[in-house]
Amino acid sequence: MATSTLLPDDLMEMDCAEEAERISRMMSTIVGREFRKRGVIIAISGGVDSSVCAALAVKALGPGKVFGLMLPETDSSPTSLSRGIRVAEQLGIPYQVEDISPALDALGCYRRRDEAIRILFPAYQEDWKNKIAIAGGQEGGFNYFKLVVQSPAGETFEARLPIREYLQIVAATNFKQRVRKTLEYFHADRLNYAVIGTPNRLEYDQGFFVKNGDGAADLKPIAHLYKTQVYAMARHLDIPDDICNAAPTTDTYSLHQGQDEFYFALRYDSMDIALWAHNHGIPVEAVAERLGLSLERAKAVYRDIEAKRAATRYQHASPRLVTPVLEISD
Amino acid sequence: MQDSKSAVRTFLDDNFIMGGDVDLADDTSFMKAHILDSTGFIELITFIEEAFGVSVKDEEMVPENFDSLNNIDAYLQRKKTAA
Repeated sequence: MATSTLLPDDLMEMDCAEEAERISRMMSTIVGREFRKRGVIIAISGGVDSSVCAALAVKALGPGKVFGLMLPETDSSPTSLSRGIRVAEQLGIPYQVEDISPALDALGCYRRRDEAIRILFPAYQEDWKNKIAIAGGQEGGFNYFKLVVQSPAGETFEARLPIREYLQIVAATNFKQRVRKTLEYFHADRLNYAVIGTPNRLEYDQGFFVKNGDGAADLKPIAHLYKTQVYAMARHLDIPDDICNAAPTTDTYSLHQGQDEFYFALRYDSMDIALWAHNHGIPVEAVAERLGLSLERAKAVYRDIEAKRAATRYQHASPRLVTPVLEISD
Repeated sequence: MQDSKSAVRTFLDDNFIMGGDVDLADDTSFMKAHILDSTGFIELITFIEEAFGVSVKDEEMVPENFDSLNNIDAYLQRKKTAA
């Protein structure tokens, strides 16, 4: 069968109006009738996912029952905050900006991270910048991570991260997502609201979230939507153009870091197609042809999808009981 | 250099298999047998570098070198010959 039949150009198309209606109806039912909550908290990062979730929440519950939080820290891009505020004001929802840097400082987030960085780069100082980049998986090897640092003079150095330093940097950085979630639940408890999680399908499927950090939420309304579909939904919901056109970033490290550079094997639009194809049992040859990849590279992408699912199974796991308590279940 | 297969086997037993029901033959794929995920391979490679005094290059971090006891043994033999 021809690739154009297996992977048609319109495979990401959806009726945004109908889907927005369906999601908002479900949100209203889950929040109100199932959880008995009065509204929702949403941390608005300034990216497209949280903007779409906020707009869907407003559609479901009305602006008075959606509370926005912007939670920047030292390494956040100032653009993220201004975009987040703009979305909240456009939607007409109450919001609050809370700088989480002092809390992170008190917890030793930056100090613990920098200790691990200095094991590889002893000259690293507070005014340097850093990021982690994924490598290996796209070339058919194992996924591993590189640490990239940049001096104030603009000199860039990189090194493969050994396991201990990698784990410490990630553990320290995960404070950011977990402190944010702590504040989200403070406001949720204060207002008797539920907390919205904002992963798209790529992030949810491939485990791109921090357990008990951004992975924690009461409701994840767009976890079934591919990133391409989230962008389409954003345009349908009149999210500002610069958010609709921005490439996804992590906004977690001080050096600019695209999500594809940090985690995913391909740019989001190609990754969407590869994941859709994998989910629908499409032969890898068709993916290679559609995305203009070598067969080897396409096979590596398929393997990488499976490897990430396996590696992040723990991320999704709820606490295990040795013996089920049958009286308490969903 | 200590016997690589028994050293790696002990490392995997202690840190990943942990009493689990896994029949680890010399040619068992760690990936296919779900013994190691990607973080597990980074741990394994750190162990190999420290235990055997080798420096694993980025381009050497592939299943052909590290996905079984046989592959690791052959890799270490090649590194020894090249040294």
